[in-house]
Amino acid sequence: MSNFLHWFIIIISVGSFLGCVWLIWWSSRPRPGEASSGEETGHTWDGDLAEYNNPLPRWWLWMFYLSIVIGLGYMVFYPALGNFAGTSKWTQVKQYEEEMQRADEKYGALFKQYAQQPIPQLAGDTAAMKTGQRLFINHCSTCHGSDAGGATGFPSLKDRDWLYGSSPETIKASILNGRNGVMPPFAAAVGGEQGVDEVANYVMSLSGAPHDAGKALAGKAKFAVCAGCHGPEGKGNQAIGAPNLTDDIWLYRGSIGAVKKAINEGRNGVMPAQLEYLGEQKVHLLAAYIYSLSQAQ
Amino acid sequence: MDTQTTYNYKVVRQFAVMTVVWGIVGMLVGVIIAAQLVWPQLNFDLPWLTYSRLRPLHTNAVIFAFGGSALFTTSYYVVQRTCQVRLISDKLAAFTFWGWTLIILLAAITLPLGITTSKEYAELEWPIDILIAVVWVTYAIVFFGTVLKRKTPHIYVANWFFGAFIITVAILHIVNSAALPISMTKSYSVYAGTIDAMVQWWYGHNAVGFFLTAGFLGIMYYFVPKQAGRPVFSYRLSVVHFWSLISIYMWAGPHHLHYTALPDWTQSLGMAFSILLLAPSWGGMINGIMTLSGAWHKLRTDPILKFLIVSLSFYGMSTFEGPMMSIKTVNALSHYTDWTIGHVHSGALGWVAMVSIGAIYALIPHLFGRKQMYSIKLIDTHFWISTIGVVLYIVSMWIAGVMQGLMWRAVNADGTLTYSFVESLERMYPYYIVRLLGGAMFFVGMLIMAYNMWKTIAGSEPADDAIPQTA
Repeated sequence: MSNFLHWFIIIISVGSFLGCVWLIWWSSRPRPGEASSGEETGHTWDGDLAEYNNPLPRWWLWMFYLSIVIGLGYMVFYPALGNFAGTSKWTQVKQYEEEMQRADEKYGALFKQYAQQPIPQLAGDTAAMKTGQRLFINHCSTCHGSDAGGATGFPSLKDRDWLYGSSPETIKASILNGRNGVMPPFAAAVGGEQGVDEVANYVMSLSGAPHDAGKALAGKAKFAVCAGCHGPEGKGNQAIGAPNLTDDIWLYRGSIGAVKKAINEGRNGVMPAQLEYLGEQKVHLLAAYIYSLSQAQ
Repeated sequence: MDTQTTYNYKVVRQFAVMTVVWGIVGMLVGVIIAAQLVWPQLNFDLPWLTYSRLRPLHTNAVIFAFGGSALFTTSYYVVQRTCQVRLISDKLAAFTFWGWTLIILLAAITLPLGITTSKEYAELEWPIDILIAVVWVTYAIVFFGTVLKRKTPHIYVANWFFGAFIITVAILHIVNSAALPISMTKSYSVYAGTIDAMVQWWYGHNAVGFFLTAGFLGIMYYFVPKQAGRPVFSYRLSVVHFWSLISIYMWAGPHHLHYTALPDWTQSLGMAFSILLLAPSWGGMINGIMTLSGAWHKLRTDPILKFLIVSLSFYGMSTFEGPMMSIKTVNALSHYTDWTIGHVHSGALGWVAMVSIGAIYALIPHLFGRKQMYSIKLIDTHFWISTIGVVLYIVSMWIAGVMQGLMWRAVNADGTLTYSFVESLERMYPYYIVRLLGGAMFFVGMLIMAYNMWKTIAGSEPADDAIPQTA
């Protein structure tokens, strides 16, 4: 911060403290001619409202002085006065880093050891999977659910259906770097409202869901524009995360309305990257946990 | 009676009755959302009844509708009685009543509709904010105009606090609500990012400091000595704690933003000033409670005095708790837990509501030409049910909050967190039920008050006291 701001902060904050000192010192001094302890000041309001002029209670006065000393001491010890870093040199970032470092020293060896094992092997290690589950519950369950069963817009991680593939490496890559599943709006490309209706019925027919056969037939031809990602048979493409449309597993619910909404407005699914947040070793363990879920099925 | 020779009690009567009405409304919404935390299905899947929309309705209704009406009632009454002069303008005073009522109704419509700025305690959108500013400036004109016209040589201490509250709330509201409108129902704050957060909590903390503390200390300074029939304990203490309180409160906002993107120095500075706030806050409690020395026996027979004195005890307790919670190390445990909710309610129910209730009970008979309230016994019942209610509320939230804080930081031997958030939530059920019970008891107390008030007012003639002509 600028030199001006630095001094401005020091002057008004220390000034306020000193102002308090002056205020309590000044008002605790007896002055000649004023009412003393147990006497009224002589002013009255509303008939009977009056004031004594008792001295400030000693204990309160000392408490006030003590809090001023503590406050000033605090502003010297911690960063508070503008650019002055405080004698402790404390910063919240440093506190965080030190805590993380201590945790790393204490628990780091365990995660390092897990990270050296291949994912399929780690998935069979009961103790490791308990730790993995705890990590999952605190870092992943908000979107994917405590049981990894997913929610609308958030894939289930315990079925056999994978958007990006089921290999240990792919799972780990999904967690490390995140994923961004984008489907652009296609209403215009399939011929407006009628086209959307027809294509949606065709999509429903792929998995044998209730649909209008006539519309589905008309939609089949228009599906060509969808085939670029979802494949000519609608079986999806794991290389780009395009979902398989022929099974009964749906990321955004399998109603015709939801399918129409996807075609009209597109979809944008985001899985945030965890590398910087959790580190490679914990992601490795999490990948093993998720791999174990799919193996259990 | 000739309006030149009497006090304007009409506006005081209007606000006094509405204080009780808004208290019931605001606390009912509070009870509903407390129940929703136990049984989430109580929102009936209707967007207007979801917790997220009713919670701001609850806070706005209890702070600004109930608390605000209590402050208008008492400040208009006290400023006239202690300045020995009628309010400078009946029309402007009436405008503040109808304006404030309109603002509350608009809040009650827009908040459930989801129209919000999303700034805590400042959720109302810009057209309502402008209306608030206009009503508030009018309030300031009426109040300070009356003080200027006073027939008494000195300004009574209660008016210092009312004055500080009126001026500061105007500044806080106008600065924090500065926004760029994009439509009638949506605007964006003119401040960005962390600065917006700091301005918001400068406002938020001083809304507590000036709306909920300074204003209600004004109530205390009139009604405690009046009800006790004793002089204020110490003029000297009034001076010291008034000036130190209003100057230091301004600084303490950053303690709401510990361990956030707020720069370290701002956090520490806010914390140092928060610690400094303890003594000035306690000055008011001491001055109130010590005023009773020589009249302690009155507590046995006068439930109104019980309300006033117990409110001061809760004030002392929560103003000790506040500086303690502002300490970084304590805050690391207490922040984001229900401890904060407990702290707020020990102030809001224990202090703000109870001192207001005491003052309104003391006022109603004067305003309606009765000797006393219809039933003193019912006031006593109200006192006990609300005191027990507050204690249940606070204690359950203390336990819940500390438990949450400890559960969130518990780690296993492998360094992973022992509990997920949902597990800590699951453990909260018993405490949420006790909290609901405490809140419901406080609410029932307000219904008892409404009945008592109704019976007192029914068939009465509005009283308008004559202004004494000697100074």
